[in-house]
Amino acid sequence: MAFVQNFPFMCIILSLFSGPLSMVLDGKNAKKVNLFVLSIIGVMSATVLTFVCKTGQSYVYRMGHFPAPWGNEIRVGVLEAFMATFFCIVMLLCMIGGEKERLIHVEEGKENLYYIMVNLLLCSLLALIYTNDIFTAYVFVEINTISACGLIMIRQNGRTLEASMRYMIMSLLGSGLLLLGLCFLYDLTGHLLMSNIKEQVAIIADIPEYHVPLMVALGLMSVGLAIKSALYPFHSWLPDAYGYSTVSSAAILSSLVSKGYIFLLIKIFYRVIGFEIVTESKVIHVLFVFGLLGMIMGSLSAIAENNIRRMIAFSSVAQIGYIYMGFGLGTRAGVIASIYHILSHAATKSLLFVAGSGITASSENKTEFSELTGAGYRNKIAGLAFTVGSLSMIGFPMFTGFISKLLFAQAAIGHTYKMLPTLIALAISTILNAIYFMKTVIRIYTPNRESKGQTITIKDQPKKAIALAFFIVLNLILGLSSEPIVKLIEFGLNMFA
Amino acid sequence: MNIANLIQNYEEAVAMILFGIGFSNLLLQKNLIKKIVGLNIMDTATYLFLALKGYIAGRKAPVVVNGVQSVKAYINPIPSGLVLTGIVVSVSVTALMLSLTIRLYRRYHTLDLDEISTRLRKEGL
Repeated sequence: MAFVQNFPFMCIILSLFSGPLSMVLDGKNAKKVNLFVLSIIGVMSATVLTFVCKTGQSYVYRMGHFPAPWGNEIRVGVLEAFMATFFCIVMLLCMIGGEKERLIHVEEGKENLYYIMVNLLLCSLLALIYTNDIFTAYVFVEINTISACGLIMIRQNGRTLEASMRYMIMSLLGSGLLLLGLCFLYDLTGHLLMSNIKEQVAIIADIPEYHVPLMVALGLMSVGLAIKSALYPFHSWLPDAYGYSTVSSAAILSSLVSKGYIFLLIKIFYRVIGFEIVTESKVIHVLFVFGLLGMIMGSLSAIAENNIRRMIAFSSVAQIGYIYMGFGLGTRAGVIASIYHILSHAATKSLLFVAGSGITASSENKTEFSELTGAGYRNKIAGLAFTVGSLSMIGFPMFTGFISKLLFAQAAIGHTYKMLPTLIALAISTILNAIYFMKTVIRIYTPNRESKGQTITIKDQPKKAIALAFFIVLNLILGLSSEPIVKLIEFGLNMFA
Repeated sequence: MNIANLIQNYEEAVAMILFGIGFSNLLLQKNLIKKIVGLNIMDTATYLFLALKGYIAGRKAPVVVNGVQSVKAYINPIPSGLVLTGIVVSVSVTALMLSLTIRLYRRYHTLDLDEISTRLRKEGL
């Protein structure tokens, strides 16, 4: 076994132990540990990615000494390693970009607590990406929820407390359903490792008596994870949680935490149940309808919003809708488009949150639109970054949002009865996106003579400027070189199941 | 699908009814403490279901007492392990919820989540 093959396990353990380590350090050192851990895990994941690309097949890593049906294991392929690398990069940029706000929002002397949460969140995301055991996935889903709740409530005000309470309630409803679904599946198949479950599911799928329980299990798990990742009717906690928490929390939550659950759902579809059985079931139709609803309703709520942070948050609801719509198409192309959109949304939404914080900082920390007039001139880099993010979200060519919309449209074409609703919803949602994002861009570039806010140059906040520059580059890379990335996703999906 | 099957598997039916009670309490109750009680009912119902699935009539708990006995003497130990893990998770989540409740109560002097939301809308942050 090559030494590189140990890396995924080491990444999980490293991030897990850096959490408790941050507890005994002060804020400054905890920050250094966090940055070190994030960058080293990013490098390690990239090494694993090149390794699996070279060997061309995924490998199973045994945790402990027990072989397959009894022991616990992690499984690493191209898609997993790529996601891990990408998540590390985005999280690192979010942490760098939101540093100044964290100093203000996090109570003095409690900074290290924030880094405990971030490290544990990274650990749980990595474990969700790599694990091959479905109950381990459940445990890490809960760790993810708890640390995400900590990230929301670290900024202490009534809004975030209420939002974290609502977040916990919705999340726990979701994980209750997920757990029940897992229990059903364990009861039906007698296994906990994903590959073993799939073998058994393939056998029992043909027996009519097992059909209903299997569908119930699949439905419970899908709905549970959909609730946790804030699919449209379950998004009530989201605007407050993203709108009032500190900016790096909001960026990490919207771009990574919900994506971890969605990645687990892809895993359940492909590796646990088998995609053929999923496409034959009615569960994907439900996901499709709610995805479409989310695309429209999320954008409508965003238009009605008068607060820039909450507007970006509502836009997340619409984007999650896109991803579930891709699953709902029930084709391979749809899933590839969804996975691409996971990357695209992660890169763009975190950019928007960080740029939004720069814009509000130059407008006396006010978030209402009327106060933001001319902010693009007062804080040039944030204005530029916000424009790039907005164009990407709308689907302007060159940027990543365009490619994901193109992939969704291509996936929909040829589908007998889902083609028309998908294309119409894509068109309407694009127009709605354009309305609220362009409204904001025009607002921040309208000259304001009686400007009240202070001018912020790159020198005043070098770290945020660097983060924003990297985010813009990431958007351009994803948008301009989409072909190799889509190929990589396809390649990864082939060895995924 | 008939009533006889339901009566025969009454334990599973009870677990599902309890799950429903807990779920709807967590979702619909206004009072935060009642929500947390609902959460615990929901989790406990899942553990009951798991424990039932691991039980094999006439066998004992998987603890070796008088030397190694045959596998056929014991019930399936894995669901018990899962229940233990689940209990740890639910305890930590309950603790977090309770601490959040204390925070909210100190700030607003009420346990009614809807009232807290209305007051937030009026007062801002």
